[in-house]
Amino acid sequence: MANNAATADMPGMPGMPGRATTPATTAAASKTGAAATTGAVYSDTVIRCFALAAVLWGIVGMLVGVIIAAELAWPDLSMGIPWLSYGRLRPLHTNAVIFAFGGCVLMGTSYHVVQRTCQTRLFMPALAMFTFIGWQVVIVAAAISLPLGFTQGKEYAELEWPIDILIAVVWVCYAVVFFGTVGTRKIRHIYVANWFFGSFILTVALLHIVNGAAIPVSLTKSYSAYAGVQDAMVQWWYGHNAVGFFLTAGFLGIMYYYIPKQAGRPVYSYRLSIVHFWALIFTYMWAGPHHLHYTALPDWVQSVGMVFSLVLLAPSWGGMINGIMTLSGAWHKLRDDPILKFLIVSLSFYGMSTFEGPMMSIKTVNALSHYTDWTVGHVHSGALGWVGLISMGALYHLIPRMYGREKMYSTRAIELHFWIATIGIVLYIAAMWIAGVMQGLMWRAVNPDGTLVYSFVESVKATYPFYVIRLGGGLLYLGGMLIMGWNTVMTVRAGKAATASVPAVLAHA
Amino acid sequence: MDILYLLIPMSAVLVLLILGLFGWALHRGQFDDVEREGERILQPDGFAPDAGRVDVDQVAPPGPGQQSRQSDPEADQLQPDQPQSGQPRPADHRTAKEEAS
Repeated sequence: MANNAATADMPGMPGMPGRATTPATTAAASKTGAAATTGAVYSDTVIRCFALAAVLWGIVGMLVGVIIAAELAWPDLSMGIPWLSYGRLRPLHTNAVIFAFGGCVLMGTSYHVVQRTCQTRLFMPALAMFTFIGWQVVIVAAAISLPLGFTQGKEYAELEWPIDILIAVVWVCYAVVFFGTVGTRKIRHIYVANWFFGSFILTVALLHIVNGAAIPVSLTKSYSAYAGVQDAMVQWWYGHNAVGFFLTAGFLGIMYYYIPKQAGRPVYSYRLSIVHFWALIFTYMWAGPHHLHYTALPDWVQSVGMVFSLVLLAPSWGGMINGIMTLSGAWHKLRDDPILKFLIVSLSFYGMSTFEGPMMSIKTVNALSHYTDWTVGHVHSGALGWVGLISMGALYHLIPRMYGREKMYSTRAIELHFWIATIGIVLYIAAMWIAGVMQGLMWRAVNPDGTLVYSFVESVKATYPFYVIRLGGGLLYLGGMLIMGWNTVMTVRAGKAATASVPAVLAHA
Repeated sequence: MDILYLLIPMSAVLVLLILGLFGWALHRGQFDDVEREGERILQPDGFAPDAGRVDVDQVAPPGPGQQSRQSDPEADQLQPDQPQSGQPRPADHRTAKEEAS
């Protein structure tokens, strides 16, 4: 019983124009003469949709980020138009890059990984398509309602209650599709990436529902179910676990599938990856209070948050080392393959920001860093460096395969994108580190008679050059994303929506 | 801080849930032979190099409505290293393996 000859990703027909919407057919299976397929094909159309949407929303979200970065340097840029003011565009930026770009990357890659590792097609493909459409409706609703000023005022949870309900519905459908696919798997072992994706899906559902509890007073206005410091505690329990499960666990699932696939080597230690998973989810839940140091939150709760944040260093670095060491003995691949550069450098930034984060959660460090641009720099070393780069690397691996090609249209453009993005990140976070420490020191400087040495506006003025440098870094990062957009369009035009057969041998064994 | 009466019990329930899931995974043999699982995804169609012989322990257990594998004639053809049907077979391969470990 030889293994089936058909590869999961069919060689395509370069040069042949194709359309993303080509319906999946079983013709591909018969063409390859593969007796050992079920005749079923993987549900890849929804993956193609999410992958292309991710590139589009990445460009949009990063563009809005560049605009608000420019507004911080030159506040008059909004020209008095309320829809363009910083306060309204900032939540649009965060929602677009986290939930539109990141969300589409996560949903698309998780649908890909769960099918390939479970060797079965998606459970209820029509429902999967509904999650795509529903998620795009959420994104468009956010892009309209946030500039209009409709907001719940909770960071990363700004969307008003009707949109929140739609998110909950879409998310439950996503969970049904994902866990249904895992439940109908043909491989008994559940690959580690699916554990990460599964924990991300369940936790985000719980976080969203608890934190989103609100009393509506009209279609566009609601009040949180919690008040005062209780509300703050729930908000940062949500906020930090969203970082932990949306921006960390989900993307670690991507890391554990796409790095081994791209490197052509198994993960350095599969055993360690399992330890990484359970250690991470056991210890993550209580890091949130570090966002509320020196507030009305009880002191002991702050300390609990700090201790849990410090503990998180161990699983985070275990996972980072595991991912990077996957290339152990094959480091030359890093020189030749720009996609691996994206994936491995993203892990370096993951290691850096998961070291920086616990340090900043220490109360004495936090006394200096909190409310300064250091926090912004920390977030972006995680967001641009870890989440952004790993997403781009995974998309560069995924998109050509979804269109029957082995490579993107231009490998040199990937290389260029990598260097532009990396230089942009370094400029961005270095500028914010300097600005943040400077602000912290200026704010706490006191004269011998107890009065402040600097007024607040003096610290704003001193930050101006760093805001301009940060804008430059952001422009570079956006430029890289535009190159990716061009490369994606060319790849899709030169390729053809590929159908991949589900191997059948195991299914009958 | 009344909110802690919600959040802390919720964490406790979650930890119990995670422990339960971990126990389930452990007892269902999810962590047997883990290094081979790391290699499996690298095969073009997801097969481990030796999957041709020992697939039986990697197949999803049959659902309640399905026949058991032992009475499935096709399964016998696909497993040349298994005893011929007609001879007494060892107990279910997967179960035996789990008990041994």
